[in-house]
Amino acid sequence: MMRFSTLLKHPADWMTGKGADNAVVLTSRIRLARNLAGVPFPGWARKEQRQQVLEELRPTIEGLSCMRDGFSKTLDSLSSVQKQVMVERHLISREHAARGEGSAAIIERRQEVAVMLNEEDHLRMQAIRPGLDLSSAYEMLDAFDNEVAEAVEYAFDPELGYLTTCPTNLGTGLRASAMLHLPALVISDQIGQVLQAVGKIGLAVRGIFGEGTESLGNLFQISNQSTLGESEATILRRLERVIAQVAKHERNAREKLLEDDPDMVCDKVGRAYGVLRHAWIIESKEALNHLSLIRLGGDLGFFPEESVLMCDELLMEIQPAHLQIQNGKKLGAEERDGIRAEIIRSRLQTLEAPDIHTIKKQEGDDDSPDLGIA
Amino acid sequence: MDCDKCGKPAKVHLTQLVGGKVKKVVLCNECAAETGVTDPTGFALADLLLGGGGEHGVATAIPRPPGQGRACPECGFTLDDLKRIRRFGCGACYEAFRDQVKDMIRGMHKGASHCGKVPDGLMEMRQRKLRLGELQERLDQAVTAENYEEAAGLRDEIRQIEESMANSETPS
Ligand SMILES: [Zn+2]
Ligand SMILES: [Zn+2]
Repeated sequence: MMRFSTLLKHPADWMTGKGADNAVVLTSRIRLARNLAGVPFPGWARKEQRQQVLEELRPTIEGLSCMRDGFSKTLDSLSSVQKQVMVERHLISREHAARGEGSAAIIERRQEVAVMLNEEDHLRMQAIRPGLDLSSAYEMLDAFDNEVAEAVEYAFDPELGYLTTCPTNLGTGLRASAMLHLPALVISDQIGQVLQAVGKIGLAVRGIFGEGTESLGNLFQISNQSTLGESEATILRRLERVIAQVAKHERNAREKLLEDDPDMVCDKVGRAYGVLRHAWIIESKEALNHLSLIRLGGDLGFFPEESVLMCDELLMEIQPAHLQIQNGKKLGAEERDGIRAEIIRSRLQTLEAPDIHTIKKQEGDDDSPDLGIA
Repeated sequence: MDCDKCGKPAKVHLTQLVGGKVKKVVLCNECAAETGVTDPTGFALADLLLGGGGEHGVATAIPRPPGQGRACPECGFTLDDLKRIRRFGCGACYEAFRDQVKDMIRGMHKGASHCGKVPDGLMEMRQRKLRLGELQERLDQAVTAENYEEAAGLRDEIRQIEESMANSETPS
């Protein structure tokens, strides 16, 4: 079995966008919720019952071929910092990290498939792929789910589908989502319109908003809300189509920004570069917002292409639990801000200042997708 | 903006757009720290991808003893519990509270009946279980009526079904 230190040392390819176009859509994620028949759901089960579920499911999941050489730990055997690192790596949920005895996390060695036992449901499985690729993430998890279903009996109702603790997950138990980086839509003030349009189709959009409408790091998540009454294929198709449209809007906005106001873009990216190169103390909020602009700059050709990958790695490394585990001790907020700045400075050392003069205007693509936005 | 918990100036904003409506939670640094969020941005970033936090709040164990009202025969979860926490106790609760389920899911989903994946072998397994219960009942009756010939036949049939179930439960 994989050790925690190995898990930490090797970030998954999907986390760093290796091998995919992830300039706008960073990751695609599929989650399935499942429960065992005849046992109360985790929130209502007695301790012995939760333990019993764990003892039935854990060896079953660990025994599946794809889990060979994977990571498997009960949550009470992990420290709180280790658990938080896993939250920051998107391998377990924050809710799951709050659990101890009777819960476990099992992660496939490439970290593409991760399973939480006794989270809100007995079984929460996820598959993550870099870029916009919901269908292959679903295929992977669907096959995994079939293997599990051969070994255990799921709580299933012909009318209501897979039965879940919360009725919001009934039916398919499927939550599909993508994480998007939308700096140009934010800068050009179109983000509100786009997100409203997405919301109207019945999809959920989440962002981490500070003052005003700028989301932290210009990152947004789009996911399905409805899980019952439509097939998995229908849910995925709609979501994938809408996400592709939003990504296209972002691409168009990036091109338009460069065309209409290149000075402004250069100024923003240049300032972000300056701050990150020379800051000595930096909060994660400020760091994320500047890294977002470096990431944009990388995509627009201000920096070498690899800088997008570097930003994604930094996005992960500068999170609080990652900083603490790297330093081997608990850190106060001020200490963290200092270490964070140091890490960013050292990574940016090899990154040359934005090459403004070689930026070429790209021809705009007029084939604008229809999200009902004027 | 003021903290949702204590009214002091808020520093932590978590916003989501659900069904075209904006839902916001704002907290001051103290309250954020109190809820276990030492560095809210780190958590928020993770929540963004994992859909935790804002979506479900903290899902801790439901306090026992159960509340009042009609109860699920399998797990003892009551109608009051359902109204209070909007979650279910076990799979059988959905059968026990089927009428309430209909009301609850109206407007929550695109439809009211499942048209997605069905677990392989599950229907078959279920039918075998029903058949098994049926046979067991007939066996009891045959034994009571001292009809040993029929009982022996029934026992054979039960054994066969049990064996085939055991085989299909162990993955090859
Ligand atoms: Zn407060
Ligand atoms: Zn029940």
